[in-house]
Amino acid sequence: MADEITLEVARYRPELESEPVMESFQVPLREHWAVLDGLTYVKDQLDGTLSFRWSCRMGICGSCGMTVNGEPQLSCATFLTDYAPGPVRVEPLRNFPVIRDLVIDIDDFMTKLPEVKPWIIRDVHSPVEEGEYLQTPQELDEYQQFSMCINCMLCYSACPVYSLEPDFIGPAAIALAQRYNLDSRDEGAEERRAVLSSPEGIWACTFVGECSAACPKGVDPAGAIQRYKLTAATRSIKDLLMPRSRR
Amino acid sequence: MSFHDVVVIGGGGAGLRAAIAVAETNPALRVAVISKVYPMRSHTVSAEGGAAAVAADDDTLDEHAYDTVSGSDWLCDQDAVEAFVAEAPRELLRLEHWGCPWSRQPDGRIAVRAFGGMKNRRTWFAADRTGFHLLHTLFQTALSYSDIVRYDEWYVTKILVDDGRAYGVVAIELSTGRIETITAGAVIVCTGGCGRVYPFTTNANIKTGDGMALAYRAGAALKDMEFVQYHPTGLPFTGILITEAARAEGGWLLNKDGYRYLQDYDLGTPSPTPVLRSMELGPRDRLSQAFVHELDKGRTIDTPYGPIVNLDLRHLGAKLIDAKLPFVRELCSKYQNIDPVKELVPVRPVVHYMMGGIHTGIRGETSLEGLYAAGEVACVSINGANRLGSNSLPECLVFGNRAGRAAAVHAGRYRHAVPPAIEAQGRDEVRRLTEDLTRHSEGHERIADIRTEMQATMENGAGIYRDGDSLAKAAEQLEELRSRYTHAAIDDHSTRFNTELIALLELGFMLDVAESIIACAHRREESRGAHQRTDFPARDDERFLAHSLVRRQPDGTSRVTYLPVTITRWPPGERVYGR
Repeated sequence: MADEITLEVARYRPELESEPVMESFQVPLREHWAVLDGLTYVKDQLDGTLSFRWSCRMGICGSCGMTVNGEPQLSCATFLTDYAPGPVRVEPLRNFPVIRDLVIDIDDFMTKLPEVKPWIIRDVHSPVEEGEYLQTPQELDEYQQFSMCINCMLCYSACPVYSLEPDFIGPAAIALAQRYNLDSRDEGAEERRAVLSSPEGIWACTFVGECSAACPKGVDPAGAIQRYKLTAATRSIKDLLMPRSRR
Repeated sequence: MSFHDVVVIGGGGAGLRAAIAVAETNPALRVAVISKVYPMRSHTVSAEGGAAAVAADDDTLDEHAYDTVSGSDWLCDQDAVEAFVAEAPRELLRLEHWGCPWSRQPDGRIAVRAFGGMKNRRTWFAADRTGFHLLHTLFQTALSYSDIVRYDEWYVTKILVDDGRAYGVVAIELSTGRIETITAGAVIVCTGGCGRVYPFTTNANIKTGDGMALAYRAGAALKDMEFVQYHPTGLPFTGILITEAARAEGGWLLNKDGYRYLQDYDLGTPSPTPVLRSMELGPRDRLSQAFVHELDKGRTIDTPYGPIVNLDLRHLGAKLIDAKLPFVRELCSKYQNIDPVKELVPVRPVVHYMMGGIHTGIRGETSLEGLYAAGEVACVSINGANRLGSNSLPECLVFGNRAGRAAAVHAGRYRHAVPPAIEAQGRDEVRRLTEDLTRHSEGHERIADIRTEMQATMENGAGIYRDGDSLAKAAEQLEELRSRYTHAAIDDHSTRFNTELIALLELGFMLDVAESIIACAHRREESRGAHQRTDFPARDDERFLAHSLVRRQPDGTSRVTYLPVTITRWPPGERVYGR
């Protein structure tokens, strides 16, 4: 194994560059080193001006999504040795405005997320004193995988629809809506329906499935969207047949 | 300048719980959460094993309290512990009502698991991603409170205080570099711990003790800073935590001879299935100390990333591991290239949690009027000299709620103009930050070099075992690092997402925290819980059944005083595990 590997890193400092430029850095190539370790090496030893987000370095906080050799990845869970002999090309996640270097602007997602009401909605909230809402392990299984979303934005970066149609609510937000729709404790599906069934909701998705392939946590947003399409279609037919029924 | 009734610094478990408590207590109040990361990135997300609260019919609040008190080596305040154990079940149930995907029993009721130092099964869990689910549940629930204003990716540099009372903060918006004075009727600090003061830690990059240093500089007292928890099982290179739940489900710790060495350290005798409060289910301080003794006896295994012992989960089988410990398997596979179903997991003690923090009472109130704190940044203290695993998540909730309520009452009572002195302080802080940036542009010391040396200083001076000499030397080294810090270099002059400036400010905060740890550790001439002095190996209740309080003096030095612990029902006794 060579001692070093080249990181080609996209730099964009709006005060200096009108568009991103690539800059190369030599970093140690060591077993267990993630791409993120290479970047922190650059920042600590070579160039303190390189900006990127990171925190937990264990694939759960969702901060460090980047495009590595063309693919959306968590840089803390993507390893340099897998790219040897290099070079490794590190760019910001695609489909987002870039604030600086590898730092993207996720305001769009943060605005869309509350629109799908990702919280428990009930007609009547029981007092806490009455104890837990019972939920069997099978009922938990119904929604559990959708609750694993870490909001890392890899699915938005992979989504060809989002790149063309920025109003698309997007894979993670729809998966999180389904996470609550499928939760036996929730009664809010009706309230989420308008947003999910809108042109910017599930119907925008052309079922390419790139979101599910990109997800580092095994969430299947494409499956969530397909399943909801079925629910929504069934619902539309019911509306047609029984226009006055509420559900 | 903007105004809110209550400003919460930090958007993790404690901060979000506090913000919701404010919104629920008094919907007329304007509450804001200021966080240096998006709230769902907060370090609560990394907590794995679970959250303790009495749930089973055969468990009692008194037993949870006793486990916590004895686990703390009697340094906790027992009134705080009693309030904590009484309110924890309600808080976890509330999370359940908000949608937390707690693991369940077949009949649909909450499932509980065993945990270290706990005599009964009372640890609620969401597989082994409890913190992640707890944080996202809180964050998503907080989104339903449209009145909670968020300042995402804003970094607080100062708490504004006039005449002993907090009036707000100064913060930098990372994306633009804008510096703003944000005033408030009450401020709640919920910024979490300071593990990054040490070289090898489970803590995320963001855990730089900001809130502790902010409060300390503002004149509040810090408490029990010498009590730093080493978790016995971290992965050797990364420091990634392998949860205590792995041992609670039946994992064994083996030395290089495959021997369950904990039996040699008064922690009980080995049995094939886990026994509560025994062996691998002993408290973290004792387990990490046992590792050091094994190391001294030459019974650990050398690796490129330091000495290790092995965690053996193989006998648990794939089915149990995938059901109860899926994240452990994922982490081992991704970061260590091993499969715990078939292979031993190399582990070593790793800095995990700060028992000390901002001195608060049981309503989260600090020694400054209008300033509150909750979560790991605070020291109430329910953890004393050693926290029990799975007590920290409920602590965030119970005391986040308490601090939120108290702050709401305070802010509701004092809704009036801020004094002119505060506006002036805000302007001064803007000037200081601007001047800092200019001054450090001419610096010649790398920020990372100073940080690395500080971390080594802390590990060598105030590790699992310390003594007077190691602490005195650490104090000297920190003084030298402090002077080098004034020459730290900033090459980044951009106003946009300047992470080098933030790293500089974080390092300044960490130096304050490091100094307070050393000062408290040096003065405490006894061994208790996580504070083990080789020159004073015994617990000394006569002199030190008391909290250390450390305050910053006008000249920048620290001064340590003592405050007796509160004892209600459990007089100091021997900590007994495994017998």
